[in-house]
Amino acid sequence: MANKLITADQAADFIQDGMILMIGGFMSNGTPEALISALIEKGVKDLTVIANDSGTPGTGIGRLIAAEAVKKLIASHIGLNPLTGQLMNEGKMDVQLVPQGTLIEQIRAGGAGLGGILTATGLGTEIEAGKETIEVDGKKYLLEKPLKADVALIRASVADESGNVFYKATTRNFNPLIATAADMVIAAAEEIVPVGGIEPEAVATPGIFVDYLVGGEAYVD
Amino acid sequence: MSIKERIAKRVAQELHDGDVVNLGIGLPTMVSDYVPDDITICLQSENGILGMGAVPVADSYDRNIVNAGGRPVTVEMGACYFDSALSFAIIRGGHVDMTVLGALQVDQEGSLASHIIPGKMVPGMGGAMDLVTGSKKVIIAMTHTAKGDAPKILEKITLPATAVGKVDKIITELAVIEVTDAGLLLKEIAADTTVAEVQELTAAKLLIAEDLKIGF
Repeated sequence: MANKLITADQAADFIQDGMILMIGGFMSNGTPEALISALIEKGVKDLTVIANDSGTPGTGIGRLIAAEAVKKLIASHIGLNPLTGQLMNEGKMDVQLVPQGTLIEQIRAGGAGLGGILTATGLGTEIEAGKETIEVDGKKYLLEKPLKADVALIRASVADESGNVFYKATTRNFNPLIATAADMVIAAAEEIVPVGGIEPEAVATPGIFVDYLVGGEAYVD
Repeated sequence: MSIKERIAKRVAQELHDGDVVNLGIGLPTMVSDYVPDDITICLQSENGILGMGAVPVADSYDRNIVNAGGRPVTVEMGACYFDSALSFAIIRGGHVDMTVLGALQVDQEGSLASHIIPGKMVPGMGGAMDLVTGSKKVIIAMTHTAKGDAPKILEKITLPATAVGKVDKIITELAVIEVTDAGLLLKEIAADTTVAEVQELTAAKLLIAEDLKIGF
């Protein structure tokens, strides 16, 4: 079995300027802070970030935005980080707002080999602009296309050395989905255990999806 | 009792035993404080909880458990967690009985605007568009007017729509209004107002229910 354990700095070496990243978490709960810190330290620029939200001023993706690392953001909610709205209104960051349920299904489609998904969410709103509508059995839907990324950054509560991941409580959120939709997946884990250390039933992301593991994940305040 | 508490208390009377309910951030969250003693509801949270409980009272709490606003929360006995795709299968798939959310504007066709004031307030829709599209019942809980008595209940919303034709009921500190095919139907008014005052503060024609209730 290939050794997946690397340092946060080695993880950051994989991330180049201009890449498309998917980052797990919901208002920073379940966001891999160790990897965010490594990206800021490296000084990565011009990222496109696909995530549920833009974190808060001192946590998660909020730290990446404050470090001017993000050129474009695709997210469902930016209300807890005033800087995102400010940069959006000033035209300094391209922010594309997507309904949360649509965003997660676009990611799922990207990872599941689907050509898109049909949803009634957004019909008759600005979300519909420029999109194809498809009628199925007399009901109208929007065609939403799949999303993929160069790298997905996920947060594991516990990972085993083969990359199997267990998520505690609400830290799961976007993480298992983005892990399927990127060319490379890096997990930052609070705890890394030997293979067999996680009950098979408790594995929410199979290790085949995880390319690299970084230890030392912890909450930031 | 504050205006918001009054609205939350009245919304709680719409709940049924066993309902799966999603409460938006802010005023709608307060509805959980007024759930009648004889019923049990199951709170759903977009970030992946069924069986969400109250905010923790102790100084120590589990940092792995937050609500959809990212704040610490507890869960009830029998709760479960899931990922965002399953969470929105529950929401979009018609498995939520009632969603309660605030709005900036609502109109007589049941359309609402709640997620953006272009160029000013740009929080984004989060899960709101999916919630109002997929929930069996959509209740708007909000103050009747904005600052300076500016009407929020209109013939046609002027802000970008969060959803079109999805609202079932509007509950304010003054009135309970049902969205019907014929228009907005005034079902109840508060004890300290009149039909004339409610109409004056509403920028759409109100139909008056034959069995109009007074006082809540």
